[in-house]
Amino acid sequence: MLQIRGLTKRFGGLAAISDVTMEFPAGSLTAVIGPNGAGKSTFFNLISGAFRPDAGEIVFKGETITGLDRAAIVRRGIGRAFQVASFFPSMTVAENLMAAIAAHRGQWGDLNHRFPRQGVRDRAMEVAEMLGLHDNADTLSANLSHGDQKLLDIALALALEPSMLLLDEPTAGMGPEERWRMIEKVQRLWQQQHLTLAFIEHDMDIVFGISSSIRVLCYGRLLAEGTPDEIRNNPAVIEAYLGTPDAEEDA
Amino acid sequence: MSVPTRSHTLRDIMIGCLVIAALAAIPFLLPSKAFQDFVIRCSSMALFATSLNLLVGYTGLSSFGHGLFYGLGTYSFALLMQKTGLPLPAAFVLTLLLTAATAVVVGAICIRLRLIYFAFVTLAMQMLAHSIVISWVGLTGGDQGLQGGIPRRVVAGIDLGNQYHLYIFSAVLLVIGLLLMRHIVSTSFGTSLRMIRDNEVRAAFLGIVVWRVKLTVFVLAAVFAAVGGIVMSLFVSGAYPELINWPISGDAIFAIVLGGVGSFLGPTVGASILLLLNDVVTRQTEYYGLALGIIILLFALGLRRGLLDFITQRLGGRPAGGIS
Repeated sequence: MLQIRGLTKRFGGLAAISDVTMEFPAGSLTAVIGPNGAGKSTFFNLISGAFRPDAGEIVFKGETITGLDRAAIVRRGIGRAFQVASFFPSMTVAENLMAAIAAHRGQWGDLNHRFPRQGVRDRAMEVAEMLGLHDNADTLSANLSHGDQKLLDIALALALEPSMLLLDEPTAGMGPEERWRMIEKVQRLWQQQHLTLAFIEHDMDIVFGISSSIRVLCYGRLLAEGTPDEIRNNPAVIEAYLGTPDAEEDA
Repeated sequence: MSVPTRSHTLRDIMIGCLVIAALAAIPFLLPSKAFQDFVIRCSSMALFATSLNLLVGYTGLSSFGHGLFYGLGTYSFALLMQKTGLPLPAAFVLTLLLTAATAVVVGAICIRLRLIYFAFVTLAMQMLAHSIVISWVGLTGGDQGLQGGIPRRVVAGIDLGNQYHLYIFSAVLLVIGLLLMRHIVSTSFGTSLRMIRDNEVRAAFLGIVVWRVKLTVFVLAAVFAAVGGIVMSLFVSGAYPELINWPISGDAIFAIVLGGVGSFLGPTVGASILLLLNDVVTRQTEYYGLALGIIILLFALGLRRGLLDFITQRLGGRPAGGIS
């Protein structure tokens, strides 16, 4: 589904991502982990087109997407959600989703028809229901709980019917119980929508509990990749984490 | 939000027709030249301020130089009428085309800048335009302005030299302009403006080509500002450097602040308040700026929003622009 070859991004003299090569097979549920400042968010930003890589190649569904802008990459089917929930605070949940759907259908430049056009609201309610947001459809999104705002962020990405979804810390800022509720929803989504899903996560119970495969980044390099069992017993990974026991937030 | 339908459009058009009918009738009941003057000036300012609010309120683009397009509207219309034999409709359309072309160039330079830089560069563009007008005496009359009046050829029975005709003409332009802008903000395009205002990054990651939306709205807003400028040009029978100088942009911003960024009609209400203040205060005192400043402070600190936003929120509504 997604192949990355020799990806490199430098900020000034610092290589935030250097020579990373990896693959996300279709239908996989992959956790991207690594200590503080490992470059995980930068990595997602490169794939989704927020940053332009200095070197390397990103191939999605057989097509090179390196250097395309954000909108072009989204249109090819890579959706993303953010570490800090990102949505449209002046709109209700339903309006947020309707706006995303209209954007996806290329109606954002439409000056002839009133918003929303036929069927958009129905589709918005479907998406809201996938994440359990339908009861809050007419709530102003700024007034949602933190957890629901994170769900809305994911719902926005989902409204675009992506084939691949990048989730940057879906459980950031949540208590242990809420985390599991969130991750179960993500897992169900992955199954039902046949998505290729990659997520950044710091909670190791979650990482080893649900992912089919794990990629470990450390100082911008790919430290290890493999199944949860392989990663658990990898000496380099153990060392990287033992070295920074209080790794919490990604830079 | 109730899902807008065709009936909303019809309702808006009906209201617009009623307003025009009412305005057409008023001079027969209350023959006041001052009132008609007020409506003409108000139409001009309301078109200008509402067009600026497409940028400020709906897209989050704080232009400080929007008066450039208002002034360009007055000057190019007046020049076309004076120096060429073009009929009024042709001069009208040409003015709008010229403004749109200018806005594409100015917009292409400005829209990639953020916040304060956008504000400053738009302001600088306005100052540039003003100094061109001042220096190019041969064409623009310099600081004297374009004098000698503009010929008012009768078009389809409408004689814009006639006060009543000009009054109705201005009101009709205002209503049509407002209806069109109302339509623009209620389309999917209008929704993409709100998305960009709320969260530009998120909008981009949903597939919206942000610069294209910004440039489009910048050009549209410029065209409506130019319509306001044309009305003013007809009213003053020419064009003056004050109409393209940067304080005119400030007037539009004041109108928005007074009326409210979050309500579609806020800038129209604000424009009326501003002109009323102007007329009342200048009759009482020469310290117009001081009085206006105090009143703006009262609005900003007292109501904390424009008048119309204040009223809609008191009535329990959410402002149309959705500014929280």
